[in-house]
Amino acid sequence: MRHLMNPLDFSVEELDRLFDLADDIAANPAKYAHACAGKKLATCFYEPSTRTRLSFEAAMLNLGGSVLGFSDAASSSASKGESVSDTIRIISCYADICAMRHPKEGAPMVAASRSGIPVINAGDGGHQHPTQTLTDLLTIRALKGRLSDFTIGLCGDLKFGRTVHSLIAALLRYSGIRFIFISPPELRVPDYITDRLREQGIEYEEVIRLEDCMADLDLLYMTRVQRERFFNEEDYVRLKDFYILNNEKMSLAKDDMLVLHPLPRVNEISVEVDDDPRAVYFKQAQYGVYVRMALILTLLEITV
Amino acid sequence: MLNVGKIEEGFVLDHIEAGKSLSIYHHLQLDKLDCTVAIIKNARSNKMGKKDILKVECDIDTLDLDVLAFIDHNITVNVIKDGEIVDKKELTLPKEIKNIIKCRNPRCITSIEQELPHIFVLADEEKEIYRCKYCEEKAGESTYSW
Repeated sequence: MRHLMNPLDFSVEELDRLFDLADDIAANPAKYAHACAGKKLATCFYEPSTRTRLSFEAAMLNLGGSVLGFSDAASSSASKGESVSDTIRIISCYADICAMRHPKEGAPMVAASRSGIPVINAGDGGHQHPTQTLTDLLTIRALKGRLSDFTIGLCGDLKFGRTVHSLIAALLRYSGIRFIFISPPELRVPDYITDRLREQGIEYEEVIRLEDCMADLDLLYMTRVQRERFFNEEDYVRLKDFYILNNEKMSLAKDDMLVLHPLPRVNEISVEVDDDPRAVYFKQAQYGVYVRMALILTLLEITV
Repeated sequence: MLNVGKIEEGFVLDHIEAGKSLSIYHHLQLDKLDCTVAIIKNARSNKMGKKDILKVECDIDTLDLDVLAFIDHNITVNVIKDGEIVDKKELTLPKEIKNIIKCRNPRCITSIEQELPHIFVLADEEKEIYRCKYCEEKAGESTYSW
């Protein structure tokens, strides 16, 4: 039995197979409409995350399965002091697969070690959010046709942004990727990442102004500056509006450059950019459902 | 100078940083063994100024000493048999250490689930970096429980 805790749990070949399956699901949804008939997905969300939970639930419903679960710790037995290990043993009696979101880092791993069913880490604190990374990779592969040989700009909060760290780690396994990190000095990408890039001889650049690199980019990954990562409100207010992507900046970019964002956005992408065909962040949410469908089928070892 | 007699079979752990011998006594769980242990604190040392020494009289296969490499790899382990030093043990970093140090990351699951063992995994042998098995927080000064 397999679980998904970290985007690197799957080899590049396994990811290729997963993305091939997601492509097939996108092209032939009817073929998979009853693939999980009689199967149940438990969504155990110890902290609210409506988008991720609904994406998992939509994925299971699209496969003809059913869903059950809770959407915050207060409505679960955790509020009575039950451990994650005990909860997952009970959930294993009720469902066939579990997606778990928890504010504490490593909680899904503890669950997986005691579980009788596959567990998917649906986000654990600031640690990992592997299905977001799988979504990002599938979106790039589907819309660019490849996962190698491009220049990607990562913009915004590169210090605390776990989606950014996971995406970089996942892209390091492909060839010909050049990174441009766009952030204010206070939110620079951590040294352990740049050290690793240097060790592996991977080309990267750090810039402060988005305008200075727009023309070079094949992909732009925007992120939100998250209030909850700051201990000091003053720093948050000062940095939150550092980057705002608008049509003027988009005019500097290549015609086939794509803009991605894990969402939700606050104001870092101006609404006027939404109509630009290069803005693919809403499509990305759709790919998120396809990749979760492919993941559920893979972990349940169901072939169609 | 205080004199502690020779042991017949066991270990002499030498060059322990002064003051650390008691924590090593606990980490090696010597309190659970029915054997003679001498703890020598603040012995004079040419190399270190002062040092601690532990003498443990026991079967030489009884103890797992790899954890010493994590605690302090400058410790010298002399293996004693028939009253003589027969070997100086090479310490290798353990792949995993359990309940030796605590994860201090307030966001780690171990911060709320008390019964979970604190496990650190050797992530980088060359740089001697251990990371929490659950949250991947790097072991550092703040994670030491002693």
